[in-house]
Amino acid sequence: MATLQVLVVDDEPGIRSGVVRILQNFTVGYPFMDEDFDFAVIEAGTGEQAIELLNSRPIDVVLLDNKLPGMDGIEVLEYINKQKYDLAVMMITSYASLDLAIRATKNGAYNFMPKPFTPQELRASIENVAKHLFLKRMTRKMQAEGKQIRFQFLSVLSHELKSPLNAVEGYLKMMQEKQLGDNIDSYATMIDRSLARLKGMRNLIMDLLDLTRIESGKKERRLRETELPAIARQAMDTMEPYAIQKNVKMTLQSKGNTTLLADADEMEIIFNNLVSNAVKYNKDNGQVNVLIEDQGKEILIRVSDTGIGMSKEDTQKIFEDFVRIKNQKTKEITGSGLGLSILKRMVEQYNGTIEVESEPDVGSTFTVRIPRQ
Amino acid sequence: MSNENKLILIADDDADYLYQIEMMVKSFGFRVKTAEGQAEAEKILETTKPDLAIFDLMMEQEDSGFILAYKARRKYPDMPIIIASAATAETGYSFDLYDEGNKGWIKADLYLEKGIRPDQLHREINKLLKI
Repeated sequence: MATLQVLVVDDEPGIRSGVVRILQNFTVGYPFMDEDFDFAVIEAGTGEQAIELLNSRPIDVVLLDNKLPGMDGIEVLEYINKQKYDLAVMMITSYASLDLAIRATKNGAYNFMPKPFTPQELRASIENVAKHLFLKRMTRKMQAEGKQIRFQFLSVLSHELKSPLNAVEGYLKMMQEKQLGDNIDSYATMIDRSLARLKGMRNLIMDLLDLTRIESGKKERRLRETELPAIARQAMDTMEPYAIQKNVKMTLQSKGNTTLLADADEMEIIFNNLVSNAVKYNKDNGQVNVLIEDQGKEILIRVSDTGIGMSKEDTQKIFEDFVRIKNQKTKEITGSGLGLSILKRMVEQYNGTIEVESEPDVGSTFTVRIPRQ
Repeated sequence: MSNENKLILIADDDADYLYQIEMMVKSFGFRVKTAEGQAEAEKILETTKPDLAIFDLMMEQEDSGFILAYKARRKYPDMPIIIASAATAETGYSFDLYDEGNKGWIKADLYLEKGIRPDQLHREINKLLKI
């Protein structure tokens, strides 16, 4: 039997003693756990007191009222978040508002319980929180053991993989029911869309493989003096058919000594991502300029386009996994949302940096700097 | 009031899924307005009062569906709202609305998993529209 330390933070003594009473002889167990949990309750009447207790002893679960006499619950939550304590927070509140809920969930509250609650409700919630905490710790343990399980990543990934499957499955069902009659031609759009979604999924899987290679470090890197302009030219050739369709002109300029001790495949990934974005997010009749410049201790790669650009807010997010800027202008553009995060990881492998400057409707410029070894 | 006059607003940022749900709901005999995201849905709600709305959860933001539901509820307190999402299985969140606690802050009448069978969806819509 393991004991979870529950800190109840509420200015009403009645609520606190209620929690103590309800959890006194309560235990939870799950099929996937070796041992059951029981609970020890510690009380705090104010946020300030709660923080003192949090700093002085290990706590597993915090039941947190939002309306406290001094600092309020959300502030306590923010503090817990900042300190990165390994615990789960459940808000208990009679003032549940969506705004509060969203702020609290953003700050890592696990869930909410409205006041007044019944013993049954509290037990059910505690059971969930305990399970959540257990899984969270399990995950961390796995990570510590070197099993690179990234929960967040995997959950978004499953969303990204499920969406195209849902779409294709939906179309197939409509065809199965012959919703548009017996003529196969009536289904042309559905078939095209299904194929497009499957293609998107395949690209996502290809990107994932790139990512896995980077993450696992398994791939043998072959470092040799590599002519970067040649690699850039290759990436431009790959995008040529698409650029012709959009009548986008591409130029390549190199200045000084542009060889770098690098793995050619990895450089290819960098240029492919930069050039394909510059073409994909460009306007018809636009321009893509690739510059590779020797700057002595480092090499500068700059890819600028005259495309749709993006807001300042968007530029701060685009290097995260699966982030895609969704608006009217990007609606028709497909992508896995992994390209730039792969690019960033790749550049960081070379101790380099990547930054972006962009203006909506004017275009974007990506600048990569890689130090010479 | 017959189905033909009932207007249903559907918001989803997956164009294919949006089209499929639109076809499905039209096949039940309802009128449909679609929005490809939170912002577009908000615009429609400014000028139009649908009889019922179906919102996807994750659109521009992770909680777009909740925000839409909240705003829609403030403007049209009596309009039933369904949140349809594939999120539960993915995030480990379970926002079932039978839990009184969630009812308090998720301003929706029903939380559905995507991939629901047409007959189930039809039944739920009729129940909410009291048809």
